[in-house]
Amino acid sequence: MIIGDRKSLAEILDMIKDYNNILISGCKGCVTVCNVGGLKEVQILAASLKIARKKEGRPITVEENLLERQCDPEYIAELNDVVDSYDAVISMACGVGPQFLSEAYPRQIFFPAINTKFFGGATAHGIWEERCAGCGTCVIHQYDGLCPISRCSKSLMNGPCGGSAGGMCEISKDVICIWDMIVKKKMEQGRLDDLLTVAPVKDWSTSRDGGPRTSIREELTQ
Amino acid sequence: MNENKSGSNLETVLRAGHFAFTGECGPPKGANVHHLKEKIAFLKGTVDAVNITDNQTAVVRMSSWAASAIAAQEGVEPNFQMVCRDRNRLAMMSDILGVYSLGARNMLCLSGDHQRFGNHPEAKNVYDIDSIQLIALAKKMRDEEKFLNGEAIDVAPRLFIGAACNPFADPFEFRVYRLAKKIHAGADFVQTQCIYNMEKFRKFMKMAVDMGLTEKCFILAGVTPLKSIGMAQYMAKQVPGMDVPFETIDRLKGVGKGKAAEEGIKIAIEQIEEFKEMKGVAGVHLMAIEWEHRVAEIGERAKMLPRPIV
Amino acid sequence: MDTFEPQIVAFCCKYCAYAAADLAGSMRLAYPPNVKIVQLPCTGRIDIFHLLKAIEDGADGVYVAGCLEGECHFLKGNFRARKKVEYVKKTLAELGIEPERVEMFNLSSAMGSRFAEIAQEMTGRIKELGPSPVPTETVI
Repeated sequence: MIIGDRKSLAEILDMIKDYNNILISGCKGCVTVCNVGGLKEVQILAASLKIARKKEGRPITVEENLLERQCDPEYIAELNDVVDSYDAVISMACGVGPQFLSEAYPRQIFFPAINTKFFGGATAHGIWEERCAGCGTCVIHQYDGLCPISRCSKSLMNGPCGGSAGGMCEISKDVICIWDMIVKKKMEQGRLDDLLTVAPVKDWSTSRDGGPRTSIREELTQ
Repeated sequence: MNENKSGSNLETVLRAGHFAFTGECGPPKGANVHHLKEKIAFLKGTVDAVNITDNQTAVVRMSSWAASAIAAQEGVEPNFQMVCRDRNRLAMMSDILGVYSLGARNMLCLSGDHQRFGNHPEAKNVYDIDSIQLIALAKKMRDEEKFLNGEAIDVAPRLFIGAACNPFADPFEFRVYRLAKKIHAGADFVQTQCIYNMEKFRKFMKMAVDMGLTEKCFILAGVTPLKSIGMAQYMAKQVPGMDVPFETIDRLKGVGKGKAAEEGIKIAIEQIEEFKEMKGVAGVHLMAIEWEHRVAEIGERAKMLPRPIV
Repeated sequence: MDTFEPQIVAFCCKYCAYAAADLAGSMRLAYPPNVKIVQLPCTGRIDIFHLLKAIEDGADGVYVAGCLEGECHFLKGNFRARKKVEYVKKTLAELGIEPERVEMFNLSSAMGSRFAEIAQEMTGRIKELGPSPVPTETVI
């Protein structure tokens, strides 16, 4: 799922500094699951912004809303009757939300409250880690279920590099060396020979490097 | 072994069966050609070839290819280095053609320290291809005379291809396989990370010899003389993949104030003497960082001089 | 300000803090009337939103009082509450409001005098800090 972190209050307050009547719109999708843009978080942000503006002596009206998702036009359309009654709208969805909203309501101003970061999953309650870089050519099976593109700091396909120490990546003691894991797994499974063939260069054109991407299900288009 | 591929001094020395001696020089943090030439001058005639580092530890310096061209002009053979961190495949092939045209004949293919270590940590990560793919690429350009996409090259670069080897990184058991992989990809020679744990290195070399790797590739043992106890401790703790045994640090502590540097040099010379006799070791790579003026002295005392003229 | 009487909201768990409040009452212990008590089944029930809303609506101080750590009736509720109080303190600091206005306390149901002590402590603390910088009346 898509994971992000909320922007700082200072940054969000700066975005809405000229506005007195705003809507915060959350999303029941990924951002609810990673506890950054769901119902509770919308309430918390609303209260925080109201506290800040009251303190400044410039109170602000903040209304709260929660959409099923902000990545489907049908749900975006639910705001149709109310969107124009605000000076600005803050979206707590991932980066897709503010863009879909802006496209649907070109006369309204939309601000992103979330810095969208990566595709990942929860490894413990409250902790999410990156697992996928969206490279467009998945070959996880060649590495026994461990992806070096997203989890190796250098995206090596023939790792590990010389900086791997104690199972950790050279960039930080908190980052595991995925190549250490891959090598150990291959050794345990008796498949070390897999790693002796030089993995050929990657075709990055299917990733973001190749330009903005589209995905079409021909059988569904109308 | 086989025929001389590049005609470089280093390759010729190694293929003639001499024990090679290479050095290292970091380009300046600016266009200070004068200072670069000064450093290079210390190494002239003292070593068979000089590694010219490429934005080492992700700190911006004059590019390796430019400094290599200057070294070649000064009559000192460069080991041009290229890291995978800063260039995509187009720039890599382009720079290989360029630096070869300017006189370089040896190339080291390295991953490169992540930019988080360096002085521009916000930079975009390239790592289009990794070091092993780069070795294969350099080999394809030289032996097949083709670009990565199969198109013919109009005068192919004939480089002596090198790689780095770290016998001390983890997992230890895998390190010799990784060396085998680099050789399989096309590495003609490797330079190891600087060695302090001789015991571990002997084990590694035995594995390499047993796998027949030393018949396909020249292995140069890395030596960095320790200038001080502080340096030894720093390398032991802060440099990833570095193995500095307690005995070494204790030995430096044992000689008393102000004498650590001399003891460090003594240790280095002892290592060089042992490497000369060690099976499979084809030479020594001396990394006397910012100590280029003492390379000649070390070479003299380790009886590595004069260098053979081939 | 001598005339300033802080408005403080205390979220108290039924099993310990609220029981201690009852005991303080039985013991005829005096504590400042500034503290308005809200009973919860467990401090774990507290949401960050509740604490922020209290501040937003003009409370000068807010505290959460639960069982002693390791003795929560529902085992971990008071640990969860503490984390939420920490989050609110950070948020207040970001907004330029003193994080000391919000606090977490732990006590057992037998500690009637401790309850009174906490109420006095917080009232004293908030008197010193002064009224909340968030006005209760809307400024036009």
